Amino acid sequence: MFRRARKASDFGAEIAAHIELETERLKEQGLCDEAARTEARRRFGNVTRVQERFYESSRWPGWDHFGQDLRYAARMLRKSPGFAAIAVLTIALGIGATTAIFSVVDATLLHPLPYPHPEQLVNVVDDLPGVGAQDVGMSVPEWRDFQRSGIFEYVTPAGGGDVNLTGSSQPTRILFAAVAPNYFAMLGAEPKLGRSFNPEDTTPGFTLEVLISDRLWRGSFASDPHILGKNIRLDNDLYQIIGVMPASFRDPGQTSAQRSTELWAGTGFAGPPAPEPLRASHFLAPIYARIKPGLTIKEAQSRLDAMVAALQKEYPQDYPLQSAWRVRLVPLKQTVVGDVRESLILLLGAVGLVLLIGCVNVANLLLARASARGREMAIRQALGAERRRLAWQLLTEGLLLSLVGGIVGLAMLFCAKGLLLQIVPDSLPRLNEVTINMPVLLFAFGATVIAGAIFGLVPALHAGRGNLTYMLKQEGRGSSASGEQARTRRALVVTEFALSLVLMIAAGLLLRSFADLLNAQLGYDPRNVMAVRTWLPIPNDPATDIYRTPPQQAPFLREVLRRGRTLPGVEEIAVGDLAALPLGHGRGDLNSFPFIVEGHETSNNEAPLVDASIVTPGYFHLLGMTLLRGRLFGEADDENAPGVAVINEAFARAHWPNENPVGQHIKLPTPGNRSPREWITVVGVIADARTETLADSSAPQLYLSLYQRTAKDWAVFLRGRLDAVTIPAQLRQQVQSVNPELPVFGAQTLDDVLSASLSQRRFSMEIVGLFALTALLLAGMGIYGVISYIVSERTHEIGIRLALGAQSPTIFRMVLRQGLGLALAGAAFGLVGALIVAHLMAGVLYGVRPTDPVTFVGVALLLIGVALLACYIPARRAIRVDPLVALRYE
Amino acid sequence: MLQGTLDLLILRTLIFGAQHGQGIARAIQQTSDEELLVEHGALYPALQRLEERGWISAKWGTSTNNRKARFYTLTSAGRKQLVKETSKWNRLTAAIGRILESEEG
Repeated sequence: MFRRARKASDFGAEIAAHIELETERLKEQGLCDEAARTEARRRFGNVTRVQERFYESSRWPGWDHFGQDLRYAARMLRKSPGFAAIAVLTIALGIGATTAIFSVVDATLLHPLPYPHPEQLVNVVDDLPGVGAQDVGMSVPEWRDFQRSGIFEYVTPAGGGDVNLTGSSQPTRILFAAVAPNYFAMLGAEPKLGRSFNPEDTTPGFTLEVLISDRLWRGSFASDPHILGKNIRLDNDLYQIIGVMPASFRDPGQTSAQRSTELWAGTGFAGPPAPEPLRASHFLAPIYARIKPGLTIKEAQSRLDAMVAALQKEYPQDYPLQSAWRVRLVPLKQTVVGDVRESLILLLGAVGLVLLIGCVNVANLLLARASARGREMAIRQALGAERRRLAWQLLTEGLLLSLVGGIVGLAMLFCAKGLLLQIVPDSLPRLNEVTINMPVLLFAFGATVIAGAIFGLVPALHAGRGNLTYMLKQEGRGSSASGEQARTRRALVVTEFALSLVLMIAAGLLLRSFADLLNAQLGYDPRNVMAVRTWLPIPNDPATDIYRTPPQQAPFLREVLRRGRTLPGVEEIAVGDLAALPLGHGRGDLNSFPFIVEGHETSNNEAPLVDASIVTPGYFHLLGMTLLRGRLFGEADDENAPGVAVINEAFARAHWPNENPVGQHIKLPTPGNRSPREWITVVGVIADARTETLADSSAPQLYLSLYQRTAKDWAVFLRGRLDAVTIPAQLRQQVQSVNPELPVFGAQTLDDVLSASLSQRRFSMEIVGLFALTALLLAGMGIYGVISYIVSERTHEIGIRLALGAQSPTIFRMVLRQGLGLALAGAAFGLVGALIVAHLMAGVLYGVRPTDPVTFVGVALLLIGVALLACYIPARRAIRVDPLVALRYE
Repeated sequence: MLQGTLDLLILRTLIFGAQHGQGIARAIQQTSDEELLVEHGALYPALQRLEERGWISAKWGTSTNNRKARFYTLTSAGRKQLVKETSKWNRLTAAIGRILESEEG
């Protein structure tokens, strides 16, 4: 059974015993002691051979060899610490960086949803492709239909925002989500204290029960264990805490802000303050759902399509054919991960390339060493070592190197983890859960072994290929025999160049995209502007809302403007809603309004949608927006004057392509009120500006006057020489002296907002750029190594050439030409690779085409320049060769 | 010597009781009237192989002249194997014999 159970020493003892016995027997037959012993030995035969056969018959000779190889490899590495350090460091950097990116990918892309059976979770999205509208929200009757459809286990609308929380230790502004009572049942999440909502709760309006996050519980309620049943006020309404969610629970929101929701309030979205549950009133968004077990998303979608078709037939007036109502199921994983996916895959690819280049470099170093050790190999071969055995030994050295490198890399990662999390932008989902866990460690181990195999195999495949006699004759150098090795080394350098060219071009394209974005004509001037937010409460009973109508809101607004203008440094002041904050209002906000154009009247369901901002007259001038036609809002356009609107060019192009938009009329239904208000007159057209995203200036925009329309989510804009530290407090004081109940928060400069909107792009660009530089450095080192090697190899030849009268410049050019040849070959392959990669990257580029000739040519030239620079030193060395010394050399 | 023949001879020798390697070598030599000369060294890898297959078992003991030696015994599996091998050998030699006779005749 256990073949190795018997030790070689035991076997040896048995042989010794045999010889003793035989000697004795022979002595009995009359031989003298000496002769008997010799005869016994002769009869036995070759003792060593028998012992070897015993050894070979044991189960794991390979294992033993591996152990020997490992010890030998360790000895060899200790003997050349410089080489070992460089190789280990290269691998450590490669493995560390790759693992770091993978840990982010693992947390965000591979496990984005910390809920049971996440594959059943979807977002339900209502589209009206007929009017070019996406994600318009769902109406309450639709929600009820879907809930009863048998397709879903749960369908759950959720809405959110921030709210004033009082009744805790400090009045605070917190993020909350208004969710259907089956929300936690749908996610499969349980509170750690108390209970969650009753999924069957049908209380009209809010259920007046809330759950809070672990963070809020610790932060605002001092981890009070008796918190259940405690009353708190949200926007002045009374609620009761019924549960505390565990620290590990995350809301499945799209933005990092939504994911840190701190309070959940239950509501059936029916009864005040919710609007009337009309089929056409699409105000529920986002909608989460859990598909019935056993159904795939595809099956659910096809059943849903049939149901949508049936509903369209049943309610033709609510779902006109032109609007082409559709309902889409989007895997929740996809919405949570969002557009981070592309950048992360790009990063993983980039870091993988760096690791690969690192491997190629180490392979090159190992190959150089292997050729320097050619004599050692030849001797071992001459003494009977098998080629396979030599190859294994070199492979073992490679694996040992990479293992040490991997461990060092992981250690560096552990130390630098905090730093890593700092440079990663907040917009990554589940960032706070990025950890070095089992899958990440397995990944690191896998990468290490593969890396070791890659660079260990190259010298291993060459082991013992050379001509023995020749190698042994070569005094000490014993290398040049292998033209094949030299070819491999050149091929490796070409590969390295090609790979780094791909990375450099990717980085170059990202850099150009970023620069283009930074230099994009914003259409407004963010300098010296600060935005400070406040929030007018929305009580559940509209009758108690003191700012319910424009005339009720206007006096407060005028007072805020008047007081704000008196603050030190303030030159201009304006107020808008959150949608008016350029680049700062996120995607999730529902600031799209349906509207009706005079002369093209449609029912509300077919109405086109537009992003609308509500602002005071000073807003346009404060932001430096350009008026193209007509006029801006004036102080005369107050709550008693007829409604006015300003639009941007994109809006004008979309709806009045061949007419003067000024003087045209549109209508907007008031949110929560189905009957449209009176016609609003377009009084002016402003130039397009990049207010929605930096990448796009052509989103239609509609501006309405804050004197004529209410808004709750206010942003106060200030321009001037502002002290960013004191201004928020000063403004808070002024606002609260008008209404002490109001929170004033979220002060930021527009420059900061702008910069934050670029954080993810900046991150990708910086990291890919860093990788590209590393790659360039490695490639430069690689070509330097190969050319130096070639020069030292050809010292003798160069000496002869010089002795025969070759001029130094000729030799110099000869060496450079060799380097250039490698670089050009690498560049050629690299350009092909870069073309492919650039096309895959098209989604993350802005302003440059994936085939941007400037980037391609520029980067290729840069790379060739680096190659020439790297060849310069060995070339100099070549022309300094003293013919006398070189000729005597051998 | 034919492949497998040595195994058969060892098993056969052990049927008379436990024996050490040198004893087995001597026995084969003597029983075959010095016809079969076994290189003693070749015996030990064969013994090792048979032991691994479980046909013989081994134990260190003391020889008749008071020396330490590793003694081998036939196991029941070894006994079965011996019967199998013997009949196989007999069939083989008989077959070879028939061929040789027919050629002579």
